[in-house]
Amino acid sequence: MRFLLIEDNASLAAATADRLALDGHVIDVAPDLETARAFVHTGSYDLVLLDIMLPDGDGREFLSYLRSKSLDIPVIAVTARSEVLDRIGILDLGADDYITKPFDFEELKARCRAVLRRRAGAMSNTQRIGDLEFNRLGGTLEIAGDKIELRNRELRLFELLADNSNVILSKSKLVDRLFSYDEDVSENAIEVYIGRLRKHLAGSSVAITTIRGVGYRLDV
Amino acid sequence: MAAMSPRTRSMRRQLIAQLVASSAILAAVLIFLFQGFARQFAEESLDNVLMASTTSILESVTERNGAVSVDIPYAALAMLGSVSDDRVFYRIDHGTEFLTGYGDLESADLGADGRTGFAASEFRGDQVRVVTASRLLSIGRVTVTVAQTQDGLSARLDTLFRRALVLGGAFFLLASGLSIWVATRAFRPLDTLARSVARRGPADLSAFAPTPLQEMVPLVAALNRFVNRLKRALGRSEDFITEAAHRVRTPLATVRTQAEVLMHRIEKDENRQTLRDMIRAVDESSRAAGQLLDQAMVNLRTDALDRAEVDLAACLSDVVTRLRPMADLRDISLRADLSDTCPISVDAILIQNALSNLLDNAIKYAPPETDVRVTTHCANGTATIRIEDGGPGFGAEDPEPLKERFVRGRSATGTVGSGLGLTIASQVFEAHGGHLTLSNREGGLGACVEVSLPRS
Repeated sequence: MRFLLIEDNASLAAATADRLALDGHVIDVAPDLETARAFVHTGSYDLVLLDIMLPDGDGREFLSYLRSKSLDIPVIAVTARSEVLDRIGILDLGADDYITKPFDFEELKARCRAVLRRRAGAMSNTQRIGDLEFNRLGGTLEIAGDKIELRNRELRLFELLADNSNVILSKSKLVDRLFSYDEDVSENAIEVYIGRLRKHLAGSSVAITTIRGVGYRLDV
Repeated sequence: MAAMSPRTRSMRRQLIAQLVASSAILAAVLIFLFQGFARQFAEESLDNVLMASTTSILESVTERNGAVSVDIPYAALAMLGSVSDDRVFYRIDHGTEFLTGYGDLESADLGADGRTGFAASEFRGDQVRVVTASRLLSIGRVTVTVAQTQDGLSARLDTLFRRALVLGGAFFLLASGLSIWVATRAFRPLDTLARSVARRGPADLSAFAPTPLQEMVPLVAALNRFVNRLKRALGRSEDFITEAAHRVRTPLATVRTQAEVLMHRIEKDENRQTLRDMIRAVDESSRAAGQLLDQAMVNLRTDALDRAEVDLAACLSDVVTRLRPMADLRDISLRADLSDTCPISVDAILIQNALSNLLDNAIKYAPPETDVRVTTHCANGTATIRIEDGGPGFGAEDPEPLKERFVRGRSATGTVGSGLGLTIASQVFEAHGGHLTLSNREGGLGACVEVSLPRS
């Protein structure tokens, strides 16, 4: 996905861009509204991450700007302000959702997914993996005409494996991505989800291989 | 407001009392003056008649052969009788010699001109008015004294006094009525201003309209200055909270993000564990900071709830929609039955924040792949919201202390939290006259959080 990140704090912007790049996204950073306005006209973005407090104006101005120019880009507002204050105006002015700093990137991804799903409806934007049709937004796998609904953690696990197909992912990395940092989970918890995915993938050419003592790999 | 000054005085009543007292004094003065003038006038006219009678008797005194001859004309005494039925006495003296009449009647002292004199005295037990006139004849000075009792005059004065009383009373009543009318009218702009202050909503800090009345200008100006100061103070508090949130959360976000990036690059398990602990600490402090700031904001707002008519179900539906991605992350199904619309007058921002805290708790403490159920029940007087989860519940411990600041349940160990969520929620509901009840689910596993809010 292509993101436009509008954030004036340079180190936060750099870290956020790094983090999103790790998931394979492309990120443009605009430090102020002026740059952001130039960017939205030249690039085509799947989603805008908009900080609300910016040096040359309120991020909400940008929302009205997008609206006035009929630019229909989904926007997730990023705010450091009190949650009580935030409910005023942000969503009313046309942001699709908002997230409070600091945020868990899994939460951000979940919110992006929800926003895009709301926007696109049940649009079939599927990806072919071996003999599978994988719909990230809808969270479905289709094997030979059979549609399987994945639970959220199954979906995120499969996404991870698919994005790193033929690469070994350690249990510990998978746990970190699948569970929030404030949960105490043992690495064995991942086995449950691997087990479920294997059940879903039965009958397909795609398979999850256990590399004993190291981790798992999706073989396509 | 009445509680602040136990004894209040009404300026209007005070003004009326002063005006009525003034009219009473004026009425009394009026009666007194009227009576004085009346007496003076009556006495003067009586004196004139007496003097005329005296003079006509004096005119009839003649000298005949060296002796004094008096022929009292009938008219002289008749004119007195025509005025009233009072008795008349007279005496005539020639020099110091008493000629005729009532010898025991005392003459009045003659005035400066030496010819006439007036006196009020007593004669045979009656008040009398005495008029004396003298004339110098060739044979010597002749003095005529006529006296008349005052019964007729008193009777007439009494009548006049009664009329004066009636007149004074009427004047008093009229003046009092006018006083009440004037005082009420004078204070009407003040009442109007007081009503416009009282009618204001808690969030209405707009300036008061300028008054055309000069005397009210300082009051309205002072009121507007006060409103402005209040607005600035509130604005400063909100700005401070916003600024504080920004200052704290932005660096925390940087640290957290960098830690996550690092997490992807580090392979060694010990280092990963350290990073995990770092992220947890960041989450904990940002959550605590956030909730402390939230509570500051809630404190600021509960004093002046910005109530508006909203649909509680729609409010809750917004909260559920926003938290659904969080629930999804933990494979928790949020099952919300919000088909019942429920109009209610609340501060929607505060209520949504409180409900969000409750639902966030439920999602956080429930085991993955369980249900969190949200239901509303809209009765006539009260709206009830019930949030039930499939978590560990409160066990045997009393859940009530959890509503206090920084108190966390035993089951919270291992989960990031500040212990403020329930405090804020409970405070918000109580500010609305509602209540938060924590209990274990009946017959099953999990916690049940019930919110009741009065609908009027």
